[in-house]
Amino acid sequence: MKTILEGSQACAEAVRLARVQVVSAYPITPQTHIVEELAKFCSDGSLNGRFLCVESEHSAMAAVIGAAAGGVRTFTASSSQGLALMHEMLHWAAGGRLPIVMAEVNRALGPGWNLWADQTDSLAQRDTGWIQLYCADGQEVLDTTLQAYRLAEAVNLPVMVILDAFFLSHTWEPVDLPAQEEVDQFLPPYAPRFRMDTDHPQSLHGVAPIGVYMEMRRSMQLAMEAVPELLERIEEEFFARFGRRYGPVEPYLCDDADVILVTSGTAAGTARVVVDQLRAEGQKAGLLRIRMFRPFPVRSVHEVLKSALKVAVLDRNCSFGAGGIFASELRSALQGGNPVPVYSYIAGLGGRDITVETIRDCFALTRGTDRPAIESVWLGVKEELLK
Amino acid sequence: MFNYESYLRLDKFPLIWCSGCGDGIVLKSMIRAIDKLGLSKDDVCMVSGIGCSSRLTGYVDFNTLHTTHGRALTFATGIKMAKPRLHVIVVTGDGDATAIGGNHYIHAARRNIDITVILFNNFIYGMTGGQVSPCTPKGKRASTAPYGNFENAFNISGLAQAAGASFVARATVYNAVQLEKLIQRAIERKGFSLVEVLSPCPTAYGRRNREGTPVDMILQQKETTVSVAAAEKMSAEELEGKIITGVLTDVERPECREEYQKLIDSFRKEG
Ligand SMILES: Cc1ncc(C[n+]2csc(CCOP(=O)(O)OP(=O)(O)O)c2C)c(N)n1
Ligand code: SF4
Repeated sequence: MKTILEGSQACAEAVRLARVQVVSAYPITPQTHIVEELAKFCSDGSLNGRFLCVESEHSAMAAVIGAAAGGVRTFTASSSQGLALMHEMLHWAAGGRLPIVMAEVNRALGPGWNLWADQTDSLAQRDTGWIQLYCADGQEVLDTTLQAYRLAEAVNLPVMVILDAFFLSHTWEPVDLPAQEEVDQFLPPYAPRFRMDTDHPQSLHGVAPIGVYMEMRRSMQLAMEAVPELLERIEEEFFARFGRRYGPVEPYLCDDADVILVTSGTAAGTARVVVDQLRAEGQKAGLLRIRMFRPFPVRSVHEVLKSALKVAVLDRNCSFGAGGIFASELRSALQGGNPVPVYSYIAGLGGRDITVETIRDCFALTRGTDRPAIESVWLGVKEELLK
Repeated sequence: MFNYESYLRLDKFPLIWCSGCGDGIVLKSMIRAIDKLGLSKDDVCMVSGIGCSSRLTGYVDFNTLHTTHGRALTFATGIKMAKPRLHVIVVTGDGDATAIGGNHYIHAARRNIDITVILFNNFIYGMTGGQVSPCTPKGKRASTAPYGNFENAFNISGLAQAAGASFVARATVYNAVQLEKLIQRAIERKGFSLVEVLSPCPTAYGRRNREGTPVDMILQQKETTVSVAAAEKMSAEELEGKIITGVLTDVERPECREEYQKLIDSFRKEG
């Protein structure tokens, strides 16, 4: 059924359709609409689950870890400072091999309090063992959340479904809301591989001596390595049933492109407009949107970028001292593939608009410069404020 | 007329507070209390967490520190240890102090460190749009409790009393004169001192719970509160649903930093 939903609602609807049993959260702008909707669903019975309004994000993640260890399907959502506060528990959820799904609304970190879009919060969690999927519109948020449960429960790793603050969380768009019966067939009830079971008591998350710890971590890495192929299979099924598919990366006019812009999240929508403009002007421009950041889709990027002459990466994030995070990941992923130069740009931090002009600048600078700068180039910075 | 302006950063105006919010009354009472005590602005350090109430530190012309959600008391503890000369005043909300910062709240009271806490209790998370707080009364509505809150609420002042605070008082914005006096006494009292102020939030709490206009909400404080003295003469049934205001605890107790100093001094003497 086509309907108009806010990005946050698309997420909450997916959680309802996934028949999640325990939701736990602490409110933070711009995540609030997601959890308020779920609190309502749990109270009025449209979702047969329990909503736990706990006292912090750390507790929210701890509570879903407890619930997931008990063998039920779980969900939480956070953003920015809240996600940062969860950090310890993020490692715990992944190390505990619990298939928790969370929505993470990309928002800038303080100080310099700022509510607006910025990916540094989720990217700072890249080593926690969570699968990370970055969405570009409301439909994708809904679809990705459903796929996330399949993926998480197949590999026993948690999944973060990531959406830009306001540009996506608070934007209303037409969304195709699938029927419950269809979703039930795609996503059957959760059948945990292990859980707290009073008939077969066991001890979860205990001490791991030197003799086994490394194998536990190797097994997490192997699970991550299995994700790309699994995602493809899950998406195949999803496509057969719902007619939509995204892939770990989404290329647009890349086959014959000489310069390809790589970006993620809602900036990709604007980039698509720019690519169309440049094509109309006779330039061979292409766009590669990265949807899956963890595990990093190395094979897919090799494939799409194999004949490009130059690659520009536009990052709405920064690893201080290193630069744009997607750019550095891409540079290391390209080792052994096409030795294409990677131009790194940073724009849109703290919600500053990434406009058509910003993206045109990325293409123009990339075309007009022989070799990429060693450091990321920051676009739209007011130099006078730095004096 | 009292000159508030010398205590304010007028360039930061207009305030983010909604018209009808109780927080402005607390701000003015605080300023009058500090003025009466004759403290130099440079000797006051105001620390806040995150929330509508915590925005206060942006508007006042003291040494100010706007910290993270729930952690104001830990930053303040550090400041007091480093600069004992300062009058450290923490401004916090019910969510800030008793949800995400609940642990710090009871521990600061337990240590009885010389910090004054002005806790704005509006029964809700105002800043994020009205989600249920640990202080939302049972049955009241919030955006995450759309059909009424089923959990028990904290007694904020009771927590501080039980944890060992030197001074605990509860006040309302309705009785701003009393509020000012209680803040003054809280600052004067050495050790952990708390003034829990009931400050109405018409926007995120009042509307949802049909509490009427901001004026109605303030007048309601008059109806629902009784003074400590009056409460002593009332039976348990009569006190049902009433909130007691005034000084709840005021005792001289060993203060954290001073106890620490004594320990250090004891070694110095021996050495
Ligand atoms: C770690 C973290 N989690 C969540 C938030 C979002 N947040 C900001 S203010 C607030 C609640 C404010 O409520 P309260 O402390 O009662 O103050 P009020 O706004 O009602 O004055 C929340 C949940 C945050 N800033 N940081
Ligand atoms: S939301 Fe409530 S607490 Fe916040 S400024 Fe408005 S009235 Fe005051």
